[in-house]
Amino acid sequence: MSTQRNRRAEGGRIDRERPFRFTFDGNTFTGYSGDTLASALLANDIHLVGRSFKYHRPRGIVGLGSEEPNAIIQLGVGDRGEPNIRATQIELYDGLVAESQNRWPSLDADVGAINSALSRFFPAGFYYKTFMWPASWWEKYEHFIRHAAGLGKAVSERDPDRYEKRHAHCDVLVVGGGPAGLAAALAAGRSGARVILADEQASFGGALQSENDVRVGGETSQAWIEAAVAELAAMPEVTLLPRTTVADYHDHNYLLAFERVTDHLGPDAPAHLPRQRSWRIRAKQVVLATGAIERPLVFADNDRPGVMLSSAVRGYVTRYGVVPGDKIVVFTNNDDAYRTAISAKDAGAAFVTIVDVRAEAAAGLVAAARDRGIVVYPAHGIVATRGGRRVKEVSLAPLTEGGVGTGRIDVDCDLIAMSGGWTPTVHLHSQSRGKLTWRDDIAAFVPGLVVQAEASAGMANGTFALSDGLAEGDKVGREAAAAAGFNGVEVAVPAAEEPAQTTIQPLWVVPGLKPLGRGAKHFVDFQNDVTAADVQLAAREGYISVEHLKRYTTTGMGTDQGKTSNIAALAILADVLGAPIPGVGTTTFRPPYTPSTIGAYGGRDVGALFDPTRLTPTDPWARSNGAKFEHVSQWMRAWYFPKDGEKMADAVNRECLAARNAVGIMDASTLGKIDIQGADAAEFLNRIYTNAWLKLGVGRCRYGLMLKEDGMVMDDGVTTRIAENHFHMTTTTGGAARVLDWLEEWSQTEWPELDVRFASVTEQWAVVSICGPKSRELLAELCDDIDLSDDAFPFMSMREGTVAGLNARVFRISFTGEHAYEINVPARYGLALWETLMETGEPYGITPYGTEAMHVLRAEVGFIIVGQETDGTVAATDLEMDWIISKKKPDFVGKRSLVREDLVKPDRKRLVGLLTEKPEEVIPEGAQIVAELKPAPPMTMIGHVTSSYYSANCERSIAMALVKGGPDRMGETVTIPLEGHPIRATIVEPKFYDPSGSKKDG
Amino acid sequence: MLMIRCPWCGEREETEFHYGGEAHKLRPLNADALSDREWSEYLFLNHNPKGVYLERWSHARGCRRWFNMVRDTVTSEIIEIYPMGSLPSSPEGKAAYESNWRRQTAAEANAKGEAASSEGDGA
Repeated sequence: MSTQRNRRAEGGRIDRERPFRFTFDGNTFTGYSGDTLASALLANDIHLVGRSFKYHRPRGIVGLGSEEPNAIIQLGVGDRGEPNIRATQIELYDGLVAESQNRWPSLDADVGAINSALSRFFPAGFYYKTFMWPASWWEKYEHFIRHAAGLGKAVSERDPDRYEKRHAHCDVLVVGGGPAGLAAALAAGRSGARVILADEQASFGGALQSENDVRVGGETSQAWIEAAVAELAAMPEVTLLPRTTVADYHDHNYLLAFERVTDHLGPDAPAHLPRQRSWRIRAKQVVLATGAIERPLVFADNDRPGVMLSSAVRGYVTRYGVVPGDKIVVFTNNDDAYRTAISAKDAGAAFVTIVDVRAEAAAGLVAAARDRGIVVYPAHGIVATRGGRRVKEVSLAPLTEGGVGTGRIDVDCDLIAMSGGWTPTVHLHSQSRGKLTWRDDIAAFVPGLVVQAEASAGMANGTFALSDGLAEGDKVGREAAAAAGFNGVEVAVPAAEEPAQTTIQPLWVVPGLKPLGRGAKHFVDFQNDVTAADVQLAAREGYISVEHLKRYTTTGMGTDQGKTSNIAALAILADVLGAPIPGVGTTTFRPPYTPSTIGAYGGRDVGALFDPTRLTPTDPWARSNGAKFEHVSQWMRAWYFPKDGEKMADAVNRECLAARNAVGIMDASTLGKIDIQGADAAEFLNRIYTNAWLKLGVGRCRYGLMLKEDGMVMDDGVTTRIAENHFHMTTTTGGAARVLDWLEEWSQTEWPELDVRFASVTEQWAVVSICGPKSRELLAELCDDIDLSDDAFPFMSMREGTVAGLNARVFRISFTGEHAYEINVPARYGLALWETLMETGEPYGITPYGTEAMHVLRAEVGFIIVGQETDGTVAATDLEMDWIISKKKPDFVGKRSLVREDLVKPDRKRLVGLLTEKPEEVIPEGAQIVAELKPAPPMTMIGHVTSSYYSANCERSIAMALVKGGPDRMGETVTIPLEGHPIRATIVEPKFYDPSGSKKDG
Repeated sequence: MLMIRCPWCGEREETEFHYGGEAHKLRPLNADALSDREWSEYLFLNHNPKGVYLERWSHARGCRRWFNMVRDTVTSEIIEIYPMGSLPSSPEGKAAYESNWRRQTAAEANAKGEAASSEGDGA
């Protein structure tokens, strides 16, 4: 275990009384409560944390928060592992396990680093240029690329953690809890508005937490932050969400935020809390106080470990009591970095040097620096850096107009703090479709045209001075509350004192000792290894659209989405084109702002809660009698009932034989059932079904086929006239909701003049179907108030009566071709009915059968199943069901389309039966059919198999198929060209059992 | 995600609604008189403007009622919500209704019981 050599004895907001042990790449270190993984690593003088994406160059921690491009970490092990997390956002806990990524075999000795030596061969657009030809080699390339280009390792185990999602409405959502955001939340909160304040950091205050040289309202900045947070916490309508990243800004002020509820607690997380929680926030007004991100300077070999952002260095010093180097070179084009130099020197850094590209800087800061013995080099630049796993020396030189002057100075160093100015964090404004405006004075894009109900404040709006930011936050917060209907009292904004600053002098590429692209690399995008030379080359090759440039060079396409790199890339492109930066435009910002965990999107809607599971009334009986189940849409249906260790085929055969020779019983409760009432109910059905409904008698049932307007089969089922203006419609199990929507749509939008209403009664009725030659005898035992004779109760009719003492509707309809009844009772009596039938039916050999036997039985008599014989491209006329398509009705849905040219072509795929030459051979469903077998594909396919079973009743296999011009090919032999064993079959009528249909009538 | 004011239930999240496609597609009364091409203009072709669009929605997970909406497809601004069977009253909605190519189709004339098909008796 190493000591924390870079940790100061005092200072920072860490708890030195609570040391935490953690491991990084297997080595154990200590840090403190309040640390991030990054601050703890830096305290231990660990800068090298990863290898770069393309060249495998050693890389160190660059930033302080979500802008971090390099330090992306594999956190945790096993099923709790997570790749690609920024070390700067990982709060330390005791026992934390972290690993570096993108290195092999180890961080110190990485084989892929050879890519760096070969970098001449990895120019911009390398992948496009190299891996295009020959196309047949792509599979080889892909393996190489995937191995070389991976970041972290995806976890293959199931995620053991729990996530939540939550909906929230508010008057004002304030994004960002820095000085402007706090001021906005205070102003809005004081008005009584419902306010949500979200910040991605563990504590509020934003960048102000890093400042030890300012005063707000006469207090230290930290005292003001704490007072502001305390005041907000005491407001009943204000919700404070720390550790919450607002990542997505969608239409109508709908925003998604991700709260890391217990990530910072590690194994100590209380079991009752979710790991993360997604917030779906609908805000009347949004205040974006998202701050700004410091830009790196693009100079020679600016990616060595030990090269950090100035703001990050200052933050580690002031917030964590960590001085991440002894010999510090601050390289800047603006005054803010002087504050970093001063705070580092005050914290005990041995040597601090400031290199400023400008000739002039703010006099007060320069004097304060020189007073401390800090050497300042005005109008100089870093023209070279040296050092392998850590920067150890830089070369400085005077900068001249467009180049490097004479007089090179070499300076020992182990840390470079760079500042290229600040980029307002405009991501959410841009996501909301707001436009951007370029400001020359700060060399940055700021929010321009506002489209949704939002406003930006503080650094996010380009307002960099602290007192201005506080005033702007206050104003925008008050205006947002007023727009939401809350007018508050005006409270004076506290004055802020901070060091005076002059202006930035942009220098987008700092010249090196050699021309750009020779020798040294000037990195623009650290995460995706894109250099200034790459951007220039792409621009010269014609990629002058910023969107093309981005994709070609991959700049800004890493997990950090170019938070630190985009502006420099734009500026370099603009320079090559000789255009102003705003003339080049920006790429589109897309959600999420930072990567979000998929689990947090799903919340509790996973596993058994992903989709409801619907159970039938007889489910308990089926379970206790060993049924096997299958999913049918949301329903769990009994598939078959194996007896005494039977195999599936044996069970299904037994069930099929019993249904035709004794009595079969099945639970058909899942059928969609719709109650239809109204004076025009019959007329409505007449328009929605293909056949005639006006003259259907009361108590009679009719099979109906429903088409889409394009003539394709949509659903089918039996509908019964309960009374003159009252019908009971059944639909397929999976189509119930769709059909109800369909009926509502036609009723409300096309035929509002028809008096008809619909209600789903699927859940209200249990349906038990009994079929077979002994079904009438069985029913007679349990029902004495319905005359079951054929004359009194013919096929396709319904009678109301009492079955097993239960009020019932009994439908004499058949899906198996047998004499059959569908007995409907209120759902809560379904199980009782079933058990009574099983008991009374025992002498008749009653046999429960499942969905598999049902499929076989209906195929034996040639009944279609919508969704099995049909797939949305099968028209009514393709199913040889012309008998159900009315020729007399002037109109029904789909009628006109049935005579469209394409639907009357003779070679459309149409329904036929297939009998294999070998009776025991069962064709796989979905198999393709050819007329002429060839030794190898391609062969002309003429159709496919839709249903295929072994039929115990037919003592052979049977199949249904859709074959081009099928009905004209009766008796022809076709082939199913399965690999290794083609099956030959004969085309027949799709009726295999009792073709006259006598059994169901008898 | 849109916030939609259902005329019967008030403001609700978009997830409660089903989208119903283009509004004011009148169903031909005498479709047999239309050629396949004319029928296909009703059946298959939808207007797809960048800008103001007249469309149908139903509050599928609420009151199940259908209604019409004038929406800008670029900004997602909801300009007007109005009942089935009526025409928009906002200037944007009126202009979008009039400028839709569908107003000139034989299928629409057929639906209104106006002039016969220009292409004869149809398929």
